[in-house]
Amino acid sequence: MDLIKLTIDNREVEVPRGTTILKAAQQMGINIPTLCNFELDGLALKNHPGGCRVCVVEVVGRRNLAPACITECMPDMVVKTNSLRAINARKTVLELMLSDHPNDCLQCPKSGKCELQTIAADMGIREIPYKGQMSQYKKEMSPSIVRDANKCIMCRRCESVCHEYQSVGAIGAVERGFPAVVSTAFGEPLINTNCVFCGQCVAVCPTGALSEVDHTGRILRDIANPDVKTCVQVAPAVRVALGEEFGMPAGSIVTGKIAAALKAIGFDYVFDTDWSADLTIMEEGTEAIGRFKALLSGDKNVKIPIMTSCCPAWVNFYEKFYPELSEYPSTAKSPQQMFGATVKSYFAEKVGIPREKLISVSVMPCVAKKYECERDEFKVNGDPDVNYSITTRELARLIKICNIDFANLPEAEFDSPLGASTGAAVIFGATGGVMEAALRTAYEVITGKTLPKIDFEEVRGLDGIREATIPIPDVVDLKVAVVYGLKNARVIMEQIKAGNCPYHFVEVMACPGGCIDGAGQPYHHGDASIVKARHAAIYKADREMPLRKSHENPEIQAIYKEFYGQPCGEKSHHLLHTHYFDKKIKFDLEK
Amino acid sequence: MCGPQIKISEANYRFIKDVCASFNNNPGELINVLHKTQEHFGYLPEEVQQVVADCLGIPVGRVYGVVSFYSFFTMKPKGKYAISVCLGTACYVKGAEKILDALKSELKIKEGEVTPDGKFSIDVLRCVGACGLAPVMTINGKTYGRLVPEKIKGILAEYAD
Repeated sequence: MDLIKLTIDNREVEVPRGTTILKAAQQMGINIPTLCNFELDGLALKNHPGGCRVCVVEVVGRRNLAPACITECMPDMVVKTNSLRAINARKTVLELMLSDHPNDCLQCPKSGKCELQTIAADMGIREIPYKGQMSQYKKEMSPSIVRDANKCIMCRRCESVCHEYQSVGAIGAVERGFPAVVSTAFGEPLINTNCVFCGQCVAVCPTGALSEVDHTGRILRDIANPDVKTCVQVAPAVRVALGEEFGMPAGSIVTGKIAAALKAIGFDYVFDTDWSADLTIMEEGTEAIGRFKALLSGDKNVKIPIMTSCCPAWVNFYEKFYPELSEYPSTAKSPQQMFGATVKSYFAEKVGIPREKLISVSVMPCVAKKYECERDEFKVNGDPDVNYSITTRELARLIKICNIDFANLPEAEFDSPLGASTGAAVIFGATGGVMEAALRTAYEVITGKTLPKIDFEEVRGLDGIREATIPIPDVVDLKVAVVYGLKNARVIMEQIKAGNCPYHFVEVMACPGGCIDGAGQPYHHGDASIVKARHAAIYKADREMPLRKSHENPEIQAIYKEFYGQPCGEKSHHLLHTHYFDKKIKFDLEK
Repeated sequence: MCGPQIKISEANYRFIKDVCASFNNNPGELINVLHKTQEHFGYLPEEVQQVVADCLGIPVGRVYGVVSFYSFFTMKPKGKYAISVCLGTACYVKGAEKILDALKSELKIKEGEVTPDGKFSIDVLRCVGACGLAPVMTINGKTYGRLVPEKIKGILAEYAD
């Protein structure tokens, strides 16, 4: 490797050619502040416009200050990151940014997590000498995301994830000069655009310009209401991330504490989305097996590959961009909605509560789930199967509001009958998990034999597109692909369109690494090690489960016996499967 | 439930499709496509941008980003006689602002607006390359130089059709 030597803050350092000053400094323990610069290392998420100029440093012999994030190190370069000139320039940049930024930190949804706030505090900004025009945009609410453009600093991280990572392009920079801002086309509300509500824009926004719709107040009111009962479900990925909000190391598994906290908050029934993840495998797996059998028996019309349908942003994506291919994804509802449909039918009947008096809440690592539960097809006479969904971050706030000492909370169990689960369910939280869970069940159902090895290492990992061939003896060599990021999903959709998609089965998740880095998770601020720790924790949680195959879950076996009959049967088809809509833009041509 | 419907006349739809096709539907040609389209329609309303986005295979937000960024592009229809007042440095120091004020008070509209009868519109631009004639304005491409506010009334009268 071609190494070059340079000096940063009076210390010599050797780095490979092409390294930026920012990265070289980081290696030496010199933390130059950044705002627009963003990278989730190894997870394909990045933004390097060199636009905000917070990271400017002095390079001896160069007339202008250099933005460290995009300036490459050169041999014998002498860099000063903390010279008076660099510090003053950095302060001025911040002061100018703050001169058009609302001073409402105390009420801001990002307060305490805001990167602009942190840098302003670290730099000791005590007054803003510049008084001028202030942006006056209206706040916009969608079912999932709140946009407050007055807090936009034009770092354009959201634009990078929306366009380059997701290939959606709902928001981007418009106008020029002072009115320049990140907006939808024509300033339309998000709901009228091709936004899929993945919320990754929220996950990367350094300020309060993008945040999730907050339902914590609603939960407190419902719990206090004596006329209703409340139940809650918790998604797999929440249990490996929530601890971060309470100072625990990334990757802490806090399943038992979550169950205890939800009981302490006052929910009447505390259940687990892992239970309905196992149910999803029964339904989706059975549907997949049906399609494979049809294919092997020579059916030319069967839609192969079958694709997963758990991720609500992915569902929005194919409804808006590929409605003509919407027969490929499984018709199985997501675990959230399977849970909602079951709790408001089977469970409500069992405990004798009318469904509209049973408030069903979900805790999700996701903001698209908020949109999903508002879908009309998931309501019965206007009553939603899942009344509303909160993010991992909202649950953390709720725990704090309710004075619960989470770190020292003794563990509790989920309630029965919708609380038992297997290792196959918990891995739904990571990319490749749904595929692996489905394979564990499909293999045994198809062959009638016990799996020789339960771990399908070949579908694990954090690459954006992974493929594997899984031999199912005497039946088929199953070709599978696992993708995350909707840009990668688009690759598969284009293959299907062109008729050259080589796979039988494809798993798609919208967020980096799957739900572990869902947009509702604690903010990682670009620290990929956090996401990797959550990823490892998911598989650790799987290993620690006594049962690791969905079809072995005794509560799942029981509900088929007692209520659903059989997977993909009449009742399960009615309650656990859905249909998709054509939401693509159409041109209405007038003569 | 279905997706958004964009209303546009078939003739206009075909026109835009043809323009895009003449640039091989290459998204890199977006600015050229927009120039040609604006030349034809006089402005770039939402539905036109939607068709352009569809043909070039890019998000409509990208198209709108470009249209809103460059002052040459407009989303508002222009008047039958489009007046452009130069506010470039040379024109500015020679009193272009007074010319603009005279036009505004004569036509009772602001820059970027069209008179209610659709006859005149006023826009400002930076330099038409006739600095020797400063201050300068153009009406539908015809240049008027060495202007003084008193001349404005007479010039507008030329367009009394």
